[in-house]
Amino acid sequence: MQSAVIVFPGSNCDRDVARALEQASGKAPLMVWHKDADFPKVDLIVLPGGFSYGDYLRCGAMAAHSPAMRETVRRAEAGVPVLGICNGFQILTETGLLPGALMRNKSLKFVCRDVWLRVENSQSLFTAGYEEGQRIRIPIAHHDGCYVIDEVGRKRLEDSDSIAFRYCEADGSVTPESNPNGSLSNIAGVFNATKSVLGLMPHPERLSDPALGGTDGRAFFDGLVGALQ
Amino acid sequence: MKARVQVTLKRGVLDTQGVAIRNALKNLGFDGVDEVRAGKLIELDLEEKDPAAARRSVEAMCKKLLVNDVIETYSIDLAG
Repeated sequence: MQSAVIVFPGSNCDRDVARALEQASGKAPLMVWHKDADFPKVDLIVLPGGFSYGDYLRCGAMAAHSPAMRETVRRAEAGVPVLGICNGFQILTETGLLPGALMRNKSLKFVCRDVWLRVENSQSLFTAGYEEGQRIRIPIAHHDGCYVIDEVGRKRLEDSDSIAFRYCEADGSVTPESNPNGSLSNIAGVFNATKSVLGLMPHPERLSDPALGGTDGRAFFDGLVGALQ
Repeated sequence: MKARVQVTLKRGVLDTQGVAIRNALKNLGFDGVDEVRAGKLIELDLEEKDPAAARRSVEAMCKKLLVNDVIETYSIDLAG
C-alpha cells in the first residue's frame, strides 16, 4: 500500500501521520510538496494537520487551490481514497470534496485535549478497524473545528450514513457537554457519498503508539491499510 | 479601478465573534446593541478600467476563492 502525504507551507502534522502510516503499512509514504501536481500514482492521499498558508483568508482556502490539491481533487473524483485530518478536513470542505464548512470554535478558544469519539459508521475503508458504536479516545487541537452545514445537507449526511464520528461522553452518549467546539450534531468527521473521502478534526495519528500515551488511533491506520491491501 | 469586497456570514450562521464583541460592548457600558455581525473587507486594486468587466472579474474571484458560499455572503463596491 503506497500512500502520499501532501505537505503545504504551514503543515505541522505531516511527519506524525507519515509515521503512523509507515507503522501500519511497513512502507514510508511519499511526501509531496504542495507545488507538485505530477506525483506518482498512489493508493491513498493524506492531507495532514497544521496551518497551511497561515490560515489566511479562511482555514484551508489557499491550500485548496494549490497544484497538488487540484491533482488530488481530480484523483478523488476518479475514486482514489483521500483522508484529511484537522487542517486537511478544512481543505477538503474548501475544495467541495466534502460538504459543509468548519468555522471558529463556539468558545472562540483554541482547544487542545483528548476527546471521546463514537464511531458512527464502520463500513468504510477508514473506519474498518473499529466497530460501529465503539468509543475511542483521540486528541483534538484546533481553533476552527465547528462543523456547520444547512438542514438539507445535514439530512443528506444522516440518510447516506456519511457521519463517520461524533464527539461523545466516556459512556458513548452524545451530549452538548461533550461537544468541544459547537459542531452541529456533535459531528467530528464526515465521508463523501461514496465513502472514499474522509475528513475529521481529531488526530488519530497522535495516539497511535504507546509512547504517545495511547493507541486508540492505531486501529484507524491498521484498518485503513488492511482495507487497501 | 478599486474594488471593495465585503464578506459577512450568512444570516442564520451563528457569528460567534459578533456575539463576543456584543458582550464586550455591553461590559463596557454600551447598552442597546441588539446584534453585532463581524466580517471582513478585502480591497482590490485592479488594472481593469471598465466597471462592468471589473465587476465580472471580482464576482469570479469571490466565487473561486474570496468567499465560501456555504457560510458567507458578499457585496462588491467599485470606485474609479
